[in-house]
Amino acid sequence: MPLTSSIGRWWMPGVLALTVLALITVLPLAALVLSATNVAPQDVLTNSHFRRVIWFSFYQALMSACLSVALAIPIAQALSREQRFPGRKLLINLFSLSLVIPTLVAIFGIVAVFGRTGWLNDFIGLFGIKPFSIYGLVGILLAHVFFNLPLATRILLQSLDNIPNEQWRLSTQLRMNASAQFRFIEWPAMRTQLVGVFMLIFTLCFTSFTIVMALGGGPRATTVEVAIYQALRFDFDLDAAVSLAIVQLLFCSALLLLSAFFKHEAPLGFGHRIPDQLFRPVSGYRWLNFLLIAVATLFVIMPLIGLIISAINPSTIKVLLHDNTIKAVFNTLFIALVASCLSVLMGIGLLLSSRHLRIRLGHYRLGQWIQHAGNIILVMPPVVLGTGLFLLLRNVADVFSIALGLAILINSLMALPFVLRILDGPLMQAAEQQDRVIQSLGIIGWSRWRLLDWPLVRKPLGFAMAISATLAAGDLSAIALFGSERAMTLPLLLFQRMGGYRFHEAATTAALLLITCLILFLILQAVVSGTVKRYNHAYA
Amino acid sequence: MLTLEKLTVQLGENRYCYNLCAGVDRVSAILGKSGSGKSTMLNVIAGFLRSTNGELQWNGQSLLGLPANQRPVTTLFQQHNLFSHLSVEQNIGLGINPQLKLTNEDHSSINRTLDEVGLHGYAKKNASTLSGGEQQRVALARCLLRKQPVLLLDEPFSALDESTRHEMIELTRNVIQEHSLCVVLVTHNSDDAHMLNAQLYELTEGELIKQN
Repeated sequence: MPLTSSIGRWWMPGVLALTVLALITVLPLAALVLSATNVAPQDVLTNSHFRRVIWFSFYQALMSACLSVALAIPIAQALSREQRFPGRKLLINLFSLSLVIPTLVAIFGIVAVFGRTGWLNDFIGLFGIKPFSIYGLVGILLAHVFFNLPLATRILLQSLDNIPNEQWRLSTQLRMNASAQFRFIEWPAMRTQLVGVFMLIFTLCFTSFTIVMALGGGPRATTVEVAIYQALRFDFDLDAAVSLAIVQLLFCSALLLLSAFFKHEAPLGFGHRIPDQLFRPVSGYRWLNFLLIAVATLFVIMPLIGLIISAINPSTIKVLLHDNTIKAVFNTLFIALVASCLSVLMGIGLLLSSRHLRIRLGHYRLGQWIQHAGNIILVMPPVVLGTGLFLLLRNVADVFSIALGLAILINSLMALPFVLRILDGPLMQAAEQQDRVIQSLGIIGWSRWRLLDWPLVRKPLGFAMAISATLAAGDLSAIALFGSERAMTLPLLLFQRMGGYRFHEAATTAALLLITCLILFLILQAVVSGTVKRYNHAYA
Repeated sequence: MLTLEKLTVQLGENRYCYNLCAGVDRVSAILGKSGSGKSTMLNVIAGFLRSTNGELQWNGQSLLGLPANQRPVTTLFQQHNLFSHLSVEQNIGLGINPQLKLTNEDHSSINRTLDEVGLHGYAKKNASTLSGGEQQRVALARCLLRKQPVLLLDEPFSALDESTRHEMIELTRNVIQEHSLCVVLVTHNSDDAHMLNAQLYELTEGELIKQN
């Protein structure tokens, strides 16, 4: 049994973080469950409209996940077989952009390219083909693939790049052709990841809100997540919202349990590490590889180009100087910065106490559970959480006048799983190797943070803050529930302008949101991460 | 005199019972296969693990109630002794003050100890730039500066190459004599023990047996 030394309050950061977490999740959950006694969630299953909504949620998620994974396999293979071409690294980094690019911005770009008046319809119109509409299932699938194809590609590429050189050398000596290499080397490497990737994308698409709001939404193309929002904001049908929220809660818990069976760690962020001196035999049709890579690149990059081109138009200046725009920028920055700080503080709190439990006291499981508490948003998606907060607060406050505060809370929880994943490694690894040294030297509390943790964690901390701020800045789901003219953010403004068929204004707003996110990302990363070298040199 | 009297540890299915009297006159070397419980013994002495039974004393005073950082003990581990993002001076300084608040006097004693372990002028170097042997010397310097009477050596030479290992053992032998330390060495290599002119113990089936 490990010895507990008299070193004070290791539990404090974790208890603080857990308390905040409990206040903003357990109370709304209780509110949901208590009001569920008045309604009957099982009625959702007998109502034909809701049945269709549930069926559509599963159907579109299944299709999106199948398409993303199926297309990612040949693209990852092509990228892995072509290790050297100019712009490869840039392209792979571009594939990580889908992590931080605001959903609505991408949707706008997709509409600009694939929409009724978009480039593609103009182009096929030249051949006399009738234009197609992207509203409904087609658009939802297109947008989901836009976001998840790059994600799936990166995960599969990582597993391909991890194939040891010896296997490739062996395959060359054994004179394997391209299809044999696929069968015996590449497929087995990818297969281990496939189920995990599929589950990840399925879950993301199942709870997808913004894409379905913008491109679907009609009675034929609505997901549970959007139906909750509609019940709450348009039909003022609180009973329906509560029933649907509870159904969604159950589905998400089931999905999370299912994913736990196929546990896998998707690579996060921009640090796609390519092992040194990768040996890859030239095999297969190289023109086919490059064709695949080119098509994938175009698919990802065209909406961005479309957005930038349409952003500059006669009304650009007017839109940028509009009162609403300026107010929205300030609100967006406020939400992003506060949510990011809150998220990172909670994340560090959970990790520090979890670390003590796991490493010093040997309670590995308990420590892990404390960390898992930070992933609560995966079970309780933003709209469900928002419904709970609405129920909880409607009698004590005007929820629409505290919209920014509520958005901050929800957004900080949405970023927390990312924060935990980014900081887990740097905070645990060194501590695990050196725990006995640290213990015997008696380095505790603030000294430990200042001398041992901060130098190691500073860089990833900057990344975590940048990611969480960018996610919060681009998020629509939280603010859609509570936002109004009084609490306007850039995503909400963009959504209104897109809905109002004010294409020019929307285009400029989308570009402004994108630029805001990029600047936030870069500045936060630079300021928080600092120059780690300088720290070392100061003592050298 | 460090005394272990039926000091018992239960780790899952395995039960270890240690009896040992280690004086300052001679190094006590514990030999045994990996998994025999050698490192467990050092972990109990240092306070990283709690014993279930028995007594552990230094000069007649029980150590069992003391947390790890208050025991008269310092340990040299096989690896990961240094914090790679800190300088040599800072790494050693942490042994003097865990908040790294160092006086001028502390700095000069760090430099003196660095001279003693043969690393003159290394104070400002970053720990990550040192070779494996140099890292162990820095770690040894920190052990010395902590001025604790008991030095636990947990396979400190095992990760070093042959010639570095000999140099390091030589250095350790001189330092032990100079500072008259009570030393318990754990190793799977009996050469290490012989070179330190140690009293040998074999750890088998959870018990220490004195060798001639």
